[in-house]
Amino acid sequence: MEDDAPVIYGLEFQARALTPQTAETDAIRFLVGTQSLRYDNQIHIIDFDDENNIINKNVLLHQVGEIWHISTSPADKGVLATCYNKTSDTKVMTCAAVWRMPKELESGSHESPDDSSSNTQTLELLCHLDNTAHGNMACVMWEPMGDGKKIISLADNNILLWDLEESSAKAVLSSSAALEGKGQLKFTSGRWSPHHNCTQIATANDTTVRGWDTRSMRQIYCIENAHGQLVRDLDFNPNKQYYLASCGDDCKVKFWDTRNVTEPVKTLEEHSHWVWNVRYNHSHDQLILTGSSDSRVILSNMVSISSEPFGHMVDDDELSDQEDQHQEEKIFVYRPFRIKEPLQDSVIATYEEHEDSVYAVEWSSADPWLFASLSYDGRLVINRVPRALKYHILL
Amino acid sequence: MAAVTAGSGSGSGPAGSPEATGGSTGGGGWRRPHGPLQRYYGPSTAEAAEASPDPTDINGPHFDPEVFMTKVRNECPLGQLLAREAALGREIRALDSDMQTLLYENYNKFISATDTIRKMKVDFRHMEAEMDDLAANMAAISASSARVSAALQDRHRRGAQLAGVQALLRKLQALVEVPGRLRCWAGTEPARALRCHARARAVLRHYRHLPSFRAIEDESHAIMADLAQRLRTRLREEKLDPKELTECVEMLLQLEEPAEELSEEFLSQAGARLEAELAALEAELPTADPSGTATTPPPPASDILDFVDRGSSAFVGTLCQLASSYRALFGGDTGRLEPFAAALATRYFALLERRLALERGLGDTSLLVRALDRFHRRLRALLELLPAGADAAAALVARAARERVDRYLRALQTFFLGCLGDVRQALAAPRPPGKEGPGLPDLLATLAASVLGQLKAVLAYVQLFTARDVAFASLPYFKGEFCVTAVREGLVVAFVRWLCRTARGFADGPAERGAPAAPPALLLLLARLCLDYENSTISYILTLTDEQFPPQDSGPAVTPGPALCAEARAAAQRLLDHYVQVQGAAVAQMLRKSVETRDWLGTVEPRNVRAVMKRVVEDITAIDVQVGQLFEEGVRRAQSSDSSRRAFSVYSSSRAPGRYAPSYTPSAPMDTHLLSNIQKLFSERIDIFSPVEFNKVSVLTGIIKISLKTLLECVRLRTLGRFGLQQVQVDGHYLQLYLWRFASDERVVQGLLDEVAASAAHRCLDPVPMEHSVVELICERG
Repeated sequence: MEDDAPVIYGLEFQARALTPQTAETDAIRFLVGTQSLRYDNQIHIIDFDDENNIINKNVLLHQVGEIWHISTSPADKGVLATCYNKTSDTKVMTCAAVWRMPKELESGSHESPDDSSSNTQTLELLCHLDNTAHGNMACVMWEPMGDGKKIISLADNNILLWDLEESSAKAVLSSSAALEGKGQLKFTSGRWSPHHNCTQIATANDTTVRGWDTRSMRQIYCIENAHGQLVRDLDFNPNKQYYLASCGDDCKVKFWDTRNVTEPVKTLEEHSHWVWNVRYNHSHDQLILTGSSDSRVILSNMVSISSEPFGHMVDDDELSDQEDQHQEEKIFVYRPFRIKEPLQDSVIATYEEHEDSVYAVEWSSADPWLFASLSYDGRLVINRVPRALKYHILL
Repeated sequence: MAAVTAGSGSGSGPAGSPEATGGSTGGGGWRRPHGPLQRYYGPSTAEAAEASPDPTDINGPHFDPEVFMTKVRNECPLGQLLAREAALGREIRALDSDMQTLLYENYNKFISATDTIRKMKVDFRHMEAEMDDLAANMAAISASSARVSAALQDRHRRGAQLAGVQALLRKLQALVEVPGRLRCWAGTEPARALRCHARARAVLRHYRHLPSFRAIEDESHAIMADLAQRLRTRLREEKLDPKELTECVEMLLQLEEPAEELSEEFLSQAGARLEAELAALEAELPTADPSGTATTPPPPASDILDFVDRGSSAFVGTLCQLASSYRALFGGDTGRLEPFAAALATRYFALLERRLALERGLGDTSLLVRALDRFHRRLRALLELLPAGADAAAALVARAARERVDRYLRALQTFFLGCLGDVRQALAAPRPPGKEGPGLPDLLATLAASVLGQLKAVLAYVQLFTARDVAFASLPYFKGEFCVTAVREGLVVAFVRWLCRTARGFADGPAERGAPAAPPALLLLLARLCLDYENSTISYILTLTDEQFPPQDSGPAVTPGPALCAEARAAAQRLLDHYVQVQGAAVAQMLRKSVETRDWLGTVEPRNVRAVMKRVVEDITAIDVQVGQLFEEGVRRAQSSDSSRRAFSVYSSSRAPGRYAPSYTPSAPMDTHLLSNIQKLFSERIDIFSPVEFNKVSVLTGIIKISLKTLLECVRLRTLGRFGLQQVQVDGHYLQLYLWRFASDERVVQGLLDEVAASAAHRCLDPVPMEHSVVELICERG
């Protein structure tokens, strides 16, 4: 069985910011924010038609500056937050704002791509996250599974928890915490844990990973020297509440149990340059996606530390109830997998469609078998988990 | 003439013999009968004479005057003939006179012989009469003798009878005396009493139906019973040495005491004695400390050889003696002896094992080997009695040897760590400026040589265990398994493995989790060490080991050399990769900080190359020197420095306008991508943290790649002003100028620096590049 070829979409500008439309669970939709110092920046809404393998795009202007980070509300399809550079002649400031996209784009419109350039639309600003006192914004996180009213932003060495009021028209700083220490501390990234009632976040600064309780705004754990060099990104295992993945400039991806942080549970060393992004699959947490500045995207299967270490528990009755039309295929293809069950931790695939550093990878929020990766030269690649593996996990 | 007178004086018969000897010349007739004898004794001469009868021999039997004359006439000159004639004449005359003398003498003898015969005839007649007389007398004598003996016969018989009675009476007397004697001896000489009793016993038993004998028997029985009782008491109560014990039990056996009971008594007595020996041995050992509180027990009072010596001479000797006397006493039934001896031997082994366990340090292996050897030898005698103990003893020796080998392994490891510590110290030692410390090659050579030397020394020590003059070396264990499992695998292979693992540990382990990281020079040194091991040292060590400890054909499988080499190579690769990463990260860190901390928007027009770039070049040059000390140059991509220089200048002069033109042409934002993408189509993908080869160029290329890629990524994260871009341009050119020579392929350096420049241009608000000539000027000046 042949896997579908990757779908490639090219942006005119360089880009670093990529996010799935979190609130959308039916259509496969990604948002990409561009970086250009000299032209108006854009947010591309990429709709992927899975059946026809076609990409539809809509472009929104984001005139305030180049986009360094983008995230979407988990409750409202139309709401998103960006971190962007505001540039003057002598100063660059990274600010954050919450936006609403035009109503008709929320669920994607299927206009033909060619006339999209003519009718670029503009985002509606909902509110600024005022950071004049806190420094440059590194990222904005939405409360996972929340109602889209709470966001946390990381600004230099501050963690800022905001309440969005009046249908997001006003952002009120409800609490904050500052990281004190020697030197100039700066958060590079953070993730909001979907567990524990969404009361924990993890942040990365330099080589350290820290966990925080959002109620008390206090540190709850700290992984000193989590990586040999800068930690670039984090992600929480969606199914195992104490498991955390981190990646960094030492080319490694590490998996931590936050209850015992003296040693990583596992370490992956597959990339040949800095790893900028690590993402757990939302449903099948053995699937790990990493993007690196060696221009590669690697999909790994970390069965041994996943929530399904022995594969999906299915008994034979259930198997025989499966649809008939897949039966033949299945027997033909999956035999090799069945023999070596349970699967070992392994690299499933290395994707080499990019030619520049990959700064962002994201799973689709709608289809757990699909992911997008974005490289600096503006190339967005949509790929799927190899079908053989997919069926092996499912069946 | 003396002979003649003697012959005539005695008048005896053989008168011709002196003549035969005296006148051999003329006695041809006398010689005749001697012919056969002479032939017999001297067959060669006789046969020679007969085979070729020489007619010319004047003295020969076949003399032919005619022939002789002819021969002489023919052969001899006249003078000689005359001389010969004269000689012959003289000879003939002499012979004639001799003949006359003989004739005369013989005549005289003949006459005297006739006289003698006549006289004899007269005497014989007289003698015959006397003989008859004698015969008559003899007959008379024998008749009277017969009469006498007939008369005496009766008396003789009675005399003999009387003598018999007397002997019997004497025996009876002895029997009667037995109890007295027994009583007398029982106290002082029990052995004599026993002999006496044994002699008397049969007779007494035979005649016991007679009351008097019965009384004697009873009495002696009572005495003997008393003796037995005393012996038993002695057996039970006194401390007897083995010889006394044996005697005592032997006597009791002769007294027909029950053997079963005696053997038990014997063993318990022997047991007590052996226990005492063991206790004496045990007293030398420190008390067993189960809690393990005493971390350092005092050193044993005597060395192991002494201990084994005492143990074998005292305990084993006694045990052997007792066991053999037991056999002699109680015959082949060893059903009781074997478990007894086995139990004691086991305890002895346990004691020895405890003593061996005290041999903590490396001490003197030869002493240990000698001690074990002695133990093994002395035990052989015992093992004949106790075959079951052989395995236990062999196992004990094997364990001790194995233990010693293990200890050597640990000592080797400690030694290696010590060496490493020295190396680290030497590397870390502050050096006075201008004075070079020991170079890396020296350190490497010292390290390798001392480790190898130590290993050889250890092998030599261990070889003592298999020396020819050591008795246990002939055990199958020491011939096969010891060589292979203990020495080759357990010592040599394990050490090499451990060395590789330890070396790898420097690359794998601490670097990031807090522990002090190894200095890069040490990584480099270890990488080279492992590589050397892979190339030659391992095969050398294994050959050496196989020579000194020849493996058995059917022995257990051994780790092949190539597998070890592969491990060493993997370790070397890992170390070198890690070295590249560490050094690369150091340089990269410098670059990252320099980019992150600078205000690229507000910077002034560049006048100089930034100091950090100079530092980077300096560091990389230093690394180049460092790597060059240990690794070969390696191959650059085929380009002479001359042509590459030219290519570079062409490139740099044409680059500035060509590269930057599209990026600040407002109308064509796409061109940049197109251009860079096209460029990428033609360049290979560069893996930044990729394994390097074992040569200087490859290592340096790896470090440069890491550094420049970092610069690229960092620049992409910043926003630059016009002068910021120009500064990057200057810095890039400077790096280009100085780094190309280190890389295996300067296009790699160039490509990465191009990307840096392109990214900088992208990230620039006002991308106006500096005149290339100015850039060159600044770089040359700086």
